[in-house]
Amino acid sequence: MPEVTMTVNGKHVKGQIEGRTLLVDFIRENLGLTGTHVGCDTSQCGACVVHVDGKAVKACTMFAAEAEGAEVRTIESMAEPDGTLHPIQAAFREHHGLQCGFCTPGMVMSAAALLAENPTPTEAEIRDYLEGNICRCTGYHNIVKAILAASGQDVSRIAAE
Amino acid sequence: MYAFEIDRPTTLADAIKALGAEDAQALGGGQTLIPSLKQRLASPARLVCLSGVAEIKGIRTADDGALCIGGGTTHADVAAGAGAYPALAALAANIGDPAVRNRGTIGGSLANNDPSACYPAAVLASGATVVTNTRQIAADDFFDGMFATALEEGEIITEVRFPVPEAASYQKFEQPASRFALVGVFVAKYATGVRVAVTGASEGGVFRWSEAEAALTSSFTPEALDGLVLSGDGMIADLHGSGAYRAHLVDVMTRRAVAAAG
Amino acid sequence: MPKDGGIGASTRRREDVRFLTGNGHYTDDINLRGQAYVHFLRSDVAHGRLRSVDTSAAEAMPGVLRIFTGKDFEAVGGVPCGWQVTDRFGQPMQEPKHPVLAHGKVRHVGDPIAAVVAETREQARDAAEAIELDIEELPAVVDMKAALKDGAPKVHDELTSNLCYDWGFVEENKSAVDEAFAKAAHVTTLELVNNRLIANPMEPRVAVGDYNRSTGDSTLYTTSQNPHVIRLLMGAFVLGIPEHKLRVVAPDVGGGFGSKIFHYAEEAFCTFAAKALNRPVKWTSSRSEAFMSDAHGRDHVTKIELALDKDNNFTAIRTETYANMGAYLSTFAPSVPTWLHGTLMAGNYKTPHIYVNVKAVFTNTVPVDAYRGAGRPEATYQLERVIDKAAHELGVDPIALRRQNFITEFPYATPVAVEYDTGDYHATMDKLEEIADLKGFAARRKESEARGRLRGLGINCYIEACGIAPSNLVGQLGARAGLYESATVRVNATGGLVVMTGSHSHGQGHETSFAQVISEMIGIDADMVEIVHGDTANTPMGMGTYGSRSLAVGGSAMVRATEKIINKAKKIAAHLMEAAEGDIELKDGRFSVAGTDKSVAWGDVTLAAYVPHNYPLADLEPGLEETAFYDPANFTYPAGAYACEVEVDPDTGRVTIERFAAADDFGNVVNPMIVSGQVHGGIGQGIGQALLEACAYDENGQLLTGSYMDYAMPRAADVPFYRVDHSCQTPCTHNPLGVKGCGEAGAIGSPPAVVNAVIDALQSGGHDIAHIDMPLSPSRVWQAMQG
Repeated sequence: MPEVTMTVNGKHVKGQIEGRTLLVDFIRENLGLTGTHVGCDTSQCGACVVHVDGKAVKACTMFAAEAEGAEVRTIESMAEPDGTLHPIQAAFREHHGLQCGFCTPGMVMSAAALLAENPTPTEAEIRDYLEGNICRCTGYHNIVKAILAASGQDVSRIAAE
Repeated sequence: MYAFEIDRPTTLADAIKALGAEDAQALGGGQTLIPSLKQRLASPARLVCLSGVAEIKGIRTADDGALCIGGGTTHADVAAGAGAYPALAALAANIGDPAVRNRGTIGGSLANNDPSACYPAAVLASGATVVTNTRQIAADDFFDGMFATALEEGEIITEVRFPVPEAASYQKFEQPASRFALVGVFVAKYATGVRVAVTGASEGGVFRWSEAEAALTSSFTPEALDGLVLSGDGMIADLHGSGAYRAHLVDVMTRRAVAAAG
Repeated sequence: MPKDGGIGASTRRREDVRFLTGNGHYTDDINLRGQAYVHFLRSDVAHGRLRSVDTSAAEAMPGVLRIFTGKDFEAVGGVPCGWQVTDRFGQPMQEPKHPVLAHGKVRHVGDPIAAVVAETREQARDAAEAIELDIEELPAVVDMKAALKDGAPKVHDELTSNLCYDWGFVEENKSAVDEAFAKAAHVTTLELVNNRLIANPMEPRVAVGDYNRSTGDSTLYTTSQNPHVIRLLMGAFVLGIPEHKLRVVAPDVGGGFGSKIFHYAEEAFCTFAAKALNRPVKWTSSRSEAFMSDAHGRDHVTKIELALDKDNNFTAIRTETYANMGAYLSTFAPSVPTWLHGTLMAGNYKTPHIYVNVKAVFTNTVPVDAYRGAGRPEATYQLERVIDKAAHELGVDPIALRRQNFITEFPYATPVAVEYDTGDYHATMDKLEEIADLKGFAARRKESEARGRLRGLGINCYIEACGIAPSNLVGQLGARAGLYESATVRVNATGGLVVMTGSHSHGQGHETSFAQVISEMIGIDADMVEIVHGDTANTPMGMGTYGSRSLAVGGSAMVRATEKIINKAKKIAAHLMEAAEGDIELKDGRFSVAGTDKSVAWGDVTLAAYVPHNYPLADLEPGLEETAFYDPANFTYPAGAYACEVEVDPDTGRVTIERFAAADDFGNVVNPMIVSGQVHGGIGQGIGQALLEACAYDENGQLLTGSYMDYAMPRAADVPFYRVDHSCQTPCTHNPLGVKGCGEAGAIGSPPAVVNAVIDALQSGGHDIAHIDMPLSPSRVWQAMQG
């Protein structure tokens, strides 16, 4: 069995894998980081989004072997070690941008990638960027609102709670 | 997935060598191949992962002005770096979703030749040249029907050379579920004439709409298409639209592309 | 000023922190020592006779522990149905067997034939491919009307036909209804399809079975909305395990929308196999597998007729519906097109005569059961569509026609057997007209037309029956269970509380809103209250979460238990302060003696309960823990009015949602933020049903929408920001919180608004189109425009 080494959330890790081991399985099964989820098998739902070398990728559509030597960041690294939420996480909580929580890690990781590329996106840009992240609970209203808020924009005029 | 070995070469030479093994298959960004592997629709013995091969990545301008994109360049990098060919950059910026664009590559997309993929329309409408480790293939000779191309086993797309048109636009009408092109039309206007390539619509894969090309070459306006009738025969008919609907959309998207290209 | 705690406050959710940081604990996150994995070999034909299942080669594959087939389950029961419907003629429905693994025949694509348990997931799948099947393919029935024709292939050989039941409601009303139609000044008729949907919670189903050979206890970890119901059904009817030897745990669950109510064969299998192999056995569904093994929703084909008198008063409604059951009866399937649908056919209107006929049909498709709204969206959709069609035919304003026929006096007994306790339909319509800015529509339409787009406005009302349900009533209607809810409130010595509820949260935020109620009742900080749910080992028998019942029924049980706690605590406080019990008041977490300055803190009383040194031991037991079971006296009746504005691109048929507004009456509201979120989500799903989603089979029973590549899920760019309002509040009269439930409203109220809007847009463009069936995909809209 080949070995793979990478940096995950700042920690150097290695593990035995098969060729067919997906990055998401390596993260969930080998490393026990179960915040990254699997919601589909056609690369569409985005519950598995992580950052690899600073870019959002679907961890279910990348082999662990392809992440050899890479810098991987998962949802578990977003909050401060003392538990202080990342501003995007805090905005999701403040604006009720999650319900069942299953799509949430992928949403937060995608939102973080968006704001890194585009610090003050419009509503339309946010909606467009989330094409690969499916949420079944929120109707997206509060997710979009939370990302607008996390980018420092005024959301007080957006209807309802 | 069936079990397989995985190679991660860092040079083109090593990649070619690895692909010489029995039942070896190239892995570009994997955004289509990995889902197929999950469904057990393919059973390679060995996957040769091209993402570590730096020499097939990147964007450059050739001496003749052609925009040359390395086969291993991701959609995101094309979107950001193909400013010399704005319609192409815009097309890349709208393939799949951001995470897919960070992995998927132009070479992988072309080698797969999904009948609903975007890049084949750009390559065919631009009369681009597909460069492989062994030869150069003209766009008109490259696509060979759904999921089929002129590529030989073990052949790797190293670069795609796009002559930059005077004006161009790609208009995509998305299939509501997959968000692939239900119909996508790429219109490119060159000094030598207008080329129109259509993806998503035909059972034969990407194709050139030659009647529209002729009409638009005489007058590059949406109205030039008036009176042209594209038959629904041979168009894909499925849950998401009949052949007649797709044929109609080809007309609509072509007009919109011409209008957008100006 | 908005409150910052207690009932009515938009308290931020406590569960969010774990979900946002990746610390949620879902079933697939559970891995037990020595765990093996199961892969189900599923039928790829819709209908066939199993001639042989040869597992010999597969058994020799690496890592295989054992392969199970239908034969292994001959000695145990089948997957049961929880509801029996009695037909028009007084006969019970036809109820086929539902084996855990197919035996004799396969009846839908996805029907499990064999289960391979192996050391790894991939080994199990590898071996499944080596099983040799000999299946004699039989003609499949997919279309419901074809399935009922003489000589149609039978899904179940032992039944007389593919008809599950032919139900009339209320059968005695039929002649009066027919008479009203004969006298009508105008009759509007509409035939429509309520499209087949797949719930698609983002978390696929997972089951982990475990067996403790020391105690002989079985444990099932599963993605369920109601672990006690699973324990009862699986223990009593499938595996024969007494409930005290069976524990069912549903930890964090990633959405349900109905599809995780039901007891599934995979759950029974994992529990059974864990004991047989003496190892934990885990199954994780892939999304593709979910498409052919999760129960589907809706799938009704309906003809509705509305009779009006010369003044446009509704005089009668008559409907005929074909309801697809799929190949087997899922847990609550028979109740959805009957008691959850027929009883709502009056809607918000005082129509004196109503008759509903439903024919439930077996087909070679995945079983169909409740999906968000369950029966009520089907009733609302047909009624609100036919009213719009009538308004168009009569040339009257659709809002005015509705208002003219509104029920205005409560309680109101409908001709379809239910009694609405409260409501104010004019108030929600007034609110809707305001928040949707209907006055501005004409200008917006002009602006759209200037851009070459057609703009339409769709309005509708809805009512639903929630807070499911009075046990004695549902028992008469065929339910094989009670529909009460339970709560145990355990107060600890230092004053903190644990509430063990039979409700289950899979996104609804119970941990926050239930704690708000307790906080309000006692006057303590909500952080002192822990809400425990989802584990049969530490919660009282409960019926779970569906039908917008958690707060109305589960919350009421919690209130009753907390009232018992407060009553006892007052006795203790009276003793401590040497006062009369009747003089004790509880406010802001302190007990005081009325008219004096004497008081003791909540914590003093709770400590005395557990350290009873100064305590009336002769009259009162120590401790402070109470349980209540609450059985509702009636359903609750949330209602509202919705408005949608769309644009249609006449060149492509593409519909975009431009504005959406919802004015709901949910009675009292505990957490407005959570309630709005529930409505948003329901609207998102309703827009999905109206524009995007459809589960399709071909004529051979092959599933055409087997993944997200063909089943269109709503994305962020498919929807706008919604305007929602729930300030119109007519509190429920029969539960202690005055709440009605809000979980399903959005999904019930939104599809007709969208469709009404699209039809309005097309008609404004001169298209003579009366109806298009959902989903109103670009190709369907374009096709309709072609005439």
